[in-house]
Amino acid sequence: MQRWSRFNIASIVIGFAFLYLPIVLLVIFSFNESKLVTVWAGFSTKWYVQLLHNQALLDAAWVTVRVGLISATVATVLGTMAALAMTRYTRFRGRMLFSGMIYAPLVMPEVITGLSMLLLFVAIGFDRGFWTLTLAHITFTMCFVAVVVQSRLLSFDRSIEEAAMDLGATPVATFLQVTLPVIAPAVFSGWVLAFTLSLDDLVISSFTSGPGATTLPMRIYSQVRLGVTPEINAVCTILIGIVAMGVLIASVVSRRREIQRVKDEQAAFAH
Amino acid sequence: MAKLGSALFNRLVIIIPYAWLLFFFLIPFFIVIRISLSETAVAMPPYLPVFDLASGIGGIIDNIKQFSIDNYIWLTEDALYAKAYISSLWIALVSTFLTLLIAYPVAYGMAQAPNTIRPTLLMLVILPFWTSFLIRVYAWIAILKPEGLLNQLLLTLGVIDQPLIILNTNWAIYIGIVYSYLPFMVLPIYSSLEKMDHSLTEAAQDLGCTPIRAFWRVTFPLSMPGVVAGCMLVFIPAVGEFVIPDLLGGSETLMIGKTLWNEFNANRDWPVSAAVATILLLILVVPIMFFQHAQSKADSEGR
Repeated sequence: MQRWSRFNIASIVIGFAFLYLPIVLLVIFSFNESKLVTVWAGFSTKWYVQLLHNQALLDAAWVTVRVGLISATVATVLGTMAALAMTRYTRFRGRMLFSGMIYAPLVMPEVITGLSMLLLFVAIGFDRGFWTLTLAHITFTMCFVAVVVQSRLLSFDRSIEEAAMDLGATPVATFLQVTLPVIAPAVFSGWVLAFTLSLDDLVISSFTSGPGATTLPMRIYSQVRLGVTPEINAVCTILIGIVAMGVLIASVVSRRREIQRVKDEQAAFAH
Repeated sequence: MAKLGSALFNRLVIIIPYAWLLFFFLIPFFIVIRISLSETAVAMPPYLPVFDLASGIGGIIDNIKQFSIDNYIWLTEDALYAKAYISSLWIALVSTFLTLLIAYPVAYGMAQAPNTIRPTLLMLVILPFWTSFLIRVYAWIAILKPEGLLNQLLLTLGVIDQPLIILNTNWAIYIGIVYSYLPFMVLPIYSSLEKMDHSLTEAAQDLGCTPIRAFWRVTFPLSMPGVVAGCMLVFIPAVGEFVIPDLLGGSETLMIGKTLWNEFNANRDWPVSAAVATILLLILVVPIMFFQHAQSKADSEGR
């Protein structure tokens, strides 16, 4: 039976064209000579040059990167802990609530999360700015990390951990020397995911940030409201480029790790 | 000693993320509910009464006595809010259905693909998810504008002789939601189809089922967990969507996420926006719990 039928191929091609065409068009028109993003008037890189003189945009980019680095790192630590808690300890008081708090942020409309966190910061008298933004980003990205790491932990062979413990390793040493190296690719892709989510976020950031902490999406959004220009296309193209590079590196690293792991396991069984 | 360390380690692994989420995710919802019961004031923060723990239990009770449901009464008096809730639910429902319609054949095609190219296809579906949501929505403005790329193409091909008005209508919102959320629908459906045992459809066909009948009687029911998860992942956030209706929708488009945003940012009415958020949360709590239940079940089956 021919399973990979013409219908299957057609639906994949159409689906992927739908996913990628808008992004490709956006990138193409960032190199447009004219100020319009709909009429092609020749190749030019002038919008990229102009970006370098847009100080507000560069400042926003710097804020975004710092928030992203800090929040992704903290979110990865917290999310990995949460994933361990979810997979290892199936019974503890309030586990239902815990898993609810992990899954709900994944689907919670951002306007609700943003508003509620803002009201928390106001209620405790925490001035809005860089740190409130970072705390908010940690909170919503850690749940994504938890889900990614959890799916790896579910297929993890716990007997090697038990062996380490039987041989006298402390739980912390077991985690660092046995568990972490195995789940490292998942932890790493969790970090990359948290970083890109933080980089992208507009709604939660707008609610929780304050004066002097404008992120790139917030800046882009306010420019888009004034009109569509190739300059915005140029910023977007750079962002897409960074993300594409990051994903590419992440997938190469994780594939190498995976191959290494399979080799190691085979070597271990051979002895 | 090792046992004590182990117990401590286990405790911390649970307590730290738990406490973080309680403080930054759960408690804020109670603050939202509390502020929705306050009155608007020209002050900073712009609501009354301000909660002050230093005033002791008596002060807190005084505060509670000042709570009022005026904001909720206000929401029922102005038909705008009810319309915004209903139209958000309707738009989310239509978009979810359209997303399913497009995502299912893609996921099905991926699951049937040769093993060698499956990881690449999977990667290609995930990749747009990593690119900014805002950028992906923005990209559609240039395509859907009256003088945009889609109209240029259709006019050149002679399919239409008048530019289609799509931008700033509900159709633009449907397109935006379907486009932005498509990977969320494809991935769960793909993973449930991939796990499926193909001998079942073959058996159905051997027993005389036509391929189409075999699909509806065997394949589709078995992929239901993926379909349900995908629909939840699209529907719930789409109800409260802000960016898509704001950038692609028109002035007459009512969606509750946009209403909340305007209430908060333009009118600076915090208590009313808190009330809007509370009701939205109440509407979504059932689907969210359903989603969480389905996910936990899937996780324990994967164990």
